[in-house]
Amino acid sequence: MMAVSDQRATTVTSVPWWNDRRIRAVLYQVVVLAGVALLVAFLVSNTLDNLSSRNIATGFGFLSREAGFAVSESVIPYNPADSYFHVLIVGLLNTLKVSVLGIILASLIGTVVGVARLSRNWLVARFAAAYVEGLRNVPVLLQLFFWYSLITEALPSPRQALNPLPGVFLSGRGLRFPEPVWGPTHAAMGVALLAGIAVAWGVARWARRRRERTGQLFPTGRVAAGLIVGLPLLAWLFGGAPLAMDVPELRGFNFSGGLSVTPEFTALLVGLVLYTGTFIAEIVRGGILAVAHGQTEAGLALGLSRGQVLRLIVLPQAIRVIIPPLTSQYLNLTKNSSLAVAIGFPDLVSTANTAINQTGQAVEGIAVIMAVYLTVSLSISTFMNWYNRRIALKGAR
Amino acid sequence: MTGLATASLVAASISFGSTSAALAGTTLDAVKARGELICGVHTSLYGFGYPDEKGAWRGIDIDMCRAVAAAVLGDDKKVKYVPLSAQARLTALQSGEIDMLSRNTTWTLTRDTANGLNFTGVNYYDGQGFMVAKKLGVSSAKELSGATVCVQTGTTTELNLADFFRANKMELKPVTIEKYEEVTGAFLAGRCDAITSDASQLAAIRANDTPNPADYVILPELISKEPLGPSVRQGDDQWFDVVKWSLFAMVEAEERGLTSANVDAALKSPDPNVQRILGVTGDLGKGMGLDNKWAYNIIKMVGNYGESYERNLGMGSKLQLSRGLNALWTNGGLMYAPPMR
Amino acid sequence: MTDRPRFEETPDEIFAHEEEPFEPHVPSPAVRPKGPHLAAFEWIKANLFSSVPNTLLTLFGLWLLWQAIPPMLDWALFSAVWHGDDPTLCRQAGGACWAFVEQKHRFILFGLYPWDEQWRPLLAVCMFIAALVTTCCPRFWKPWLAGMWIVVFAACALLMWGGVLGMTFVDTGQWGGLPLTLILSVVGMVCSFPLAILLALGRRSDLPAIRSVCVGFIEFVRGVPLVSVLFMASVMFPLFLPEGVTINKLLRAQVGIILFTAAYLAEAVRGGLQAVPRGQYEAADAIGLGYWQKMGLIILPQALKVSIPPLVNQFISMFKDTSLVIIIGLFDLLTTAKTAVAEPQWRPFFVESYVFVAMIYWSFCFFMSRYSQFLERLMDTGHRRT
Repeated sequence: MMAVSDQRATTVTSVPWWNDRRIRAVLYQVVVLAGVALLVAFLVSNTLDNLSSRNIATGFGFLSREAGFAVSESVIPYNPADSYFHVLIVGLLNTLKVSVLGIILASLIGTVVGVARLSRNWLVARFAAAYVEGLRNVPVLLQLFFWYSLITEALPSPRQALNPLPGVFLSGRGLRFPEPVWGPTHAAMGVALLAGIAVAWGVARWARRRRERTGQLFPTGRVAAGLIVGLPLLAWLFGGAPLAMDVPELRGFNFSGGLSVTPEFTALLVGLVLYTGTFIAEIVRGGILAVAHGQTEAGLALGLSRGQVLRLIVLPQAIRVIIPPLTSQYLNLTKNSSLAVAIGFPDLVSTANTAINQTGQAVEGIAVIMAVYLTVSLSISTFMNWYNRRIALKGAR
Repeated sequence: MTGLATASLVAASISFGSTSAALAGTTLDAVKARGELICGVHTSLYGFGYPDEKGAWRGIDIDMCRAVAAAVLGDDKKVKYVPLSAQARLTALQSGEIDMLSRNTTWTLTRDTANGLNFTGVNYYDGQGFMVAKKLGVSSAKELSGATVCVQTGTTTELNLADFFRANKMELKPVTIEKYEEVTGAFLAGRCDAITSDASQLAAIRANDTPNPADYVILPELISKEPLGPSVRQGDDQWFDVVKWSLFAMVEAEERGLTSANVDAALKSPDPNVQRILGVTGDLGKGMGLDNKWAYNIIKMVGNYGESYERNLGMGSKLQLSRGLNALWTNGGLMYAPPMR
Repeated sequence: MTDRPRFEETPDEIFAHEEEPFEPHVPSPAVRPKGPHLAAFEWIKANLFSSVPNTLLTLFGLWLLWQAIPPMLDWALFSAVWHGDDPTLCRQAGGACWAFVEQKHRFILFGLYPWDEQWRPLLAVCMFIAALVTTCCPRFWKPWLAGMWIVVFAACALLMWGGVLGMTFVDTGQWGGLPLTLILSVVGMVCSFPLAILLALGRRSDLPAIRSVCVGFIEFVRGVPLVSVLFMASVMFPLFLPEGVTINKLLRAQVGIILFTAAYLAEAVRGGLQAVPRGQYEAADAIGLGYWQKMGLIILPQALKVSIPPLVNQFISMFKDTSLVIIIGLFDLLTTAKTAVAEPQWRPFFVESYVFVAMIYWSFCFFMSRYSQFLERLMDTGHRRT
């Protein structure tokens, strides 16, 4: 890819022009850029020649044609008469759904397990170690198969569905639960929830500033939780506390009504979260241990509790080591969701695969997959890099 | 460490051997010059194309590759098998990575035109059906509205399924899975009410995978035509002919009663038709750019179509499929070879 | 570095804590056992029942063990079928069907490699593992190791390809199973590491053009799934090259894996470089070192040590990610395991097949992660948390 010639810096007094630092810098860059440009030109021209000489049809015209195949679950309405473009959007939304949920859950599990590995309870530390060592050393694809077969094999058919709570049914077709009949009150609750999150964030900022100024502590966690739960609850009470529910019932082959979570989605989410969680746990643990032990001792000597030492001293320093590899894990999780095709969850790769098979436009299909994943990944990367810069050591780039 | 890297790269670059089919010139000349046929096959589908426990490729699609190699090179073992996923198969043929595709592929108009393939014939006539558990109490595919159906992704099967439900205004909940083993597993685990696939595969699943075959019924409706056959790139008529007639030679051999066991004795047959086919008289092979012994080599090394069928799908296999549509036309089937003269 | 690091400086160590199974890890000096004199009772009290929540956690953990262990043992050992080629016996037994693995192990391990020649990949894998074990002993870290590796690589290549010494030639298309997984991952690791260091340095370079090229490459590769990179490598490679030039499939996949891994490793190395305090750079500049001396002698050794955990994480994930080469028709370990259960009568036993290869993957990866922890302790120059 890039070759940087290794030249020893000479220590002669009169510097010849090729050892002048500035000239050399320009030279290096010209060489690298020219190399990259040549390579790209070479590949593009070859590709165009080959495509024309082999009569391979190109172009994205197929995107507007009727797709003609059904998908098992979709965030937006879709039927087989819609276009390929539409079905790719369906796949993308499914990918985003599983990725966002997966990132949140894997971070939680990873942090908890990472801290648990350093727990003072011998058994808990062993459990955490066994979980990490057991799962991170086996390909994730294999684990997805395992979870999927576990879910489908172990649960009964819809006619013998388990009914753990009134209106909630668990069967081999997935989990069905009642859905509120949506009304204006629920919209108000959504607004209240957003407001609660915003206010909680503001309180947290103010508390941190005050702590840095005066050293006084503020129970941020409790107040934030109260705000985030309490405000929507108030909105619900003011709206007359509507209780109408759309309860699932058995009709023909399956339940209808209510909301459902499919086995495919569950298996994919569980598999990805547990697998990525092990890596995040290791990163968190490494980050905590990377903080010199003197820091902990100093914190304890100041009379802080263990939790405070962890929260106020260790984690803020650990996060600098944690962030770059953590970004990689988030990207990994997003991209590993492309293995969904193996267990039948209609994500982007799965729907694009079908489109490729039905149209034969492999090059375009792969280009679409790559472009979409690149966009999603760059968004994650950009955000994490911005955060990383914000917390990086001042002075050390 | 870098010394190690260099060494491995050098070692790897030794193997730069030309592995792709030549696009310039004819495929036939390229295969002869290479001394090897490159054939795209299924990664693993019992009866059609799969490696056995000793790593030897077997199946009716594999026999097709062997037949072409026997015809062109006089040796059915001079084949390099390239296992291809459903997704990569068309592109691999288009880009010249393989000489021919023999991978359980349905002949459709789009593939035969816009996708740049030429189907050379049909080596298995199939149709898509449904299988359900008996306890569901369903007797017709028309009763499946609202049912969850397991289907393999990326095949014509998936489209036919959606078409059938749309045409009959029924509600469909598909579960689409990439690998055929997992589709079967999901169905048997009770994830779906029904499974849809080619009838040959449903029979195989019912016979081999179900704990008790009597608990499952294959519904009477066949909702599609699935003619499966080998294909080549467009634009090389000579090669198209070679692959096409290699298949016909196997069908014709069965019709004339020529088998791998009796073909040597048949060389002395008084029947002029047999003599022409086996290259004892005439120049059938020369006209195709092959040796006159081409058909003899196919029958001797691979066998006729019936032998291949019985060995891979019929009574000699675990599938135990009857000939059905794939019987010779003389027995009420569709297998019919144009006259070889 | 004789000076103790200041508050925000690099850690000298990452996981330098005890990992032996029967030694508790005790972060707090308050409950540290005093060597062998500590009675078992005291140890249990300190490590399992030191407080009410701790006691509850312990009891919950014991209950979980009680729920999980007996059925698993029953399936894997007591009700299992170990021998025979009749699947019906397995169906009746209700336990694991290890007979399947007994029947198919050669195919799973070596894939499509010619049956009668399978001693060759076996010998290659054994030689390779022996060389690996030798390399892992710090005692043998002498110049002759590099020579030994070149010999081992050459011997493995000879054994796998053949074509000389009366061995038949075996095309790379027929390679499969464990040897293929090892080749892809080890060559991938070795070749991507130097590239990764260059990319990481390039990304932190002061030269804007070099920096943007490196950032562009790293972010592009990290942004796409490996599946699509492999598919490009296999399907579009012929389109990228002038007509008539072909590269064999294995090498194509290998190149895809190397480029893919390098970008990830580069990020891990960059994380380490970020942790090296600015003072180190300034000190190196002050004593008049050139760029490469500064990096090679001062910065990289410190940065790499910090990056060991994420580096190993990446190596391990790459070893497992080689299982995705089924996309381009290479028969790696997971693919052979899948294919082995394609035969209808064995199809119900895919769990055993997966368990078998999972154990192989697990052994390799577990060894790698343990070894990296050993290395950290070995190279540890800071104050130990004992």
